[in-house]
Amino acid sequence: MKRRDFVKNSTLGTITTLMGIELVFGKVIPKGYTPLALQDSDPFKLFNKDKGMTVLNDKPWNIEATAHLLDDKITPNSSMFIRNNGLLPENTEAKTWTLEIDGESAEQLKKYTLKELKSKFKHHTYQLTLECGGNGRSEFNPPAKGNQWTLGAVSCAQWTGIRLKDILEDVGVKSDAVYIGYHATDRHLSLNPEKEPISRGVPMSKAMQEETLLAFKMNGEDIPLAHGYPLRLVAGGWPASTSGKWINRLSIRNIVHDGAKMTGSSYRVPCEPVAPGKKISDNDMCIIESMPVKSLITYPKTGAILKKGQVLELRGHAWAGELSVSKMDYSIDFGASWTECLIEKPKNRLAWQHFSVKINDFPIKGYYEVWARATDSQGKSQPMLLPGWNPKGYLNNACHRIAVKIS
Amino acid sequence: MSPTDGKFRKEVKKLYYYISLIALGIILVMAGALYLALSTGKTIFDEPGETKEIQLLDENIDQIVNGVHVATGFKEGKGLMEVIQNCTNCHSAALVTQNKMTREGWLATIRWMQETQNLWNLGKNEETILNYLSSNYAPEKKGRRNKLDEIDWYNLENP
Repeated sequence: MKRRDFVKNSTLGTITTLMGIELVFGKVIPKGYTPLALQDSDPFKLFNKDKGMTVLNDKPWNIEATAHLLDDKITPNSSMFIRNNGLLPENTEAKTWTLEIDGESAEQLKKYTLKELKSKFKHHTYQLTLECGGNGRSEFNPPAKGNQWTLGAVSCAQWTGIRLKDILEDVGVKSDAVYIGYHATDRHLSLNPEKEPISRGVPMSKAMQEETLLAFKMNGEDIPLAHGYPLRLVAGGWPASTSGKWINRLSIRNIVHDGAKMTGSSYRVPCEPVAPGKKISDNDMCIIESMPVKSLITYPKTGAILKKGQVLELRGHAWAGELSVSKMDYSIDFGASWTECLIEKPKNRLAWQHFSVKINDFPIKGYYEVWARATDSQGKSQPMLLPGWNPKGYLNNACHRIAVKIS
Repeated sequence: MSPTDGKFRKEVKKLYYYISLIALGIILVMAGALYLALSTGKTIFDEPGETKEIQLLDENIDQIVNGVHVATGFKEGKGLMEVIQNCTNCHSAALVTQNKMTREGWLATIRWMQETQNLWNLGKNEETILNYLSSNYAPEKKGRRNKLDEIDWYNLENP
């Protein structure tokens, strides 16, 4: 944060002032003061979020958007969901921030300062879709344990950073490398310093993609604290939990990374489809990689009343994990008939795509639902009902529906 | 006069002595209090402001409105206090209240927290907590897709 901004904020006397103090004068503040402010304050002011966001959990912070708040083509911070597994880090001083690279398959142990990372490697900017693996969990039956996300745990911001592959090549990767595991400075809920709240990662093939970044900017500015300031991974199209925040160490592993929430049933689904409610042993659960095809109607907000003859200008976004969206359809008769609509090309690979259509063929007055259905480049479409049940309630990509009345 | 009479008188004198001493003490304390009251306008029966605030806070902590514990959002019921004491140290009450599980599911969650998240042994409270959770936060019957609800209807004006 710039000094000028800090001065400006301090006159407002809001909690953002405290954030400014923490970032700029972190060492001057008595220990324990800022974290208290961080935990007890209004989350909307604290994280600069829209008041329409839904707080699912305040310890740890888990906040989601509503569909209509995600109308922007590039998601601003104000509408970006927060999914934290632990407590926010106590110290996020960029000046002293370092990144260590280690692991069985690293040619050497190496440590970089944040400044070195920024100066030594080429910067790249991509717009990348990040969706929580559990987005839509609230709809599963039998219910799945965890934060009950509805629709809004997805974002597509513009991320700037260095390619993960550039730094991995600089360190040297042994031929037996399998996985990258991340480590971060967030704190476990039990406050046990030995425990990591989350330490996930991606296989080498994903780590070496051009769009997989170690990012230090979001939408052209420093990454907001809740989204991983000062350094985070961004692996677009994969469960957002692979895009670790507040990264200070990366391990090049010769096994599938076995950090917190990599094992057991975390971010895993049954390798073979199962009947709802079935008990599944950990051995039969497979790690989620690319997210499935999905879309969201971001305009209008559900509940719109139109006059007979009034045109409904519908729009939204669609995405398909590692793939792209090749076709977009909507239905105004509960899926009995579908009409294709325009879908734009993505700004870059792994960015969501925008659809829009003018609907003026509501036959009579009454209650309607507009359903949206995307189809990916391999021909897979969103289901109209809930997709395959899984114990942790991941990967719900059922069609989004909004309610509309013609009066 | 028997020797026991003499002993009795001595005891009575001793008692008078102590009573006078206590009475003097009380008089002194009251005089002091009166002096304080006159000089500061306060009496010793006034409670300091801080104590009052804490008492107010305590009242809020137990407050239940429409069957919901205001401070945490938990439903009122037998075992509420055990749940607050054991389940909200590490995480928010919201992580409990937004979930719905069978007794078996809640037990599995407790075991998972004990194995991986440093949750302590709940001892005899475990039964109480399980009863509370499985009766207040049980799965509801629902189908493969719910109807759209909680819709705020509004008139859409085209731009």
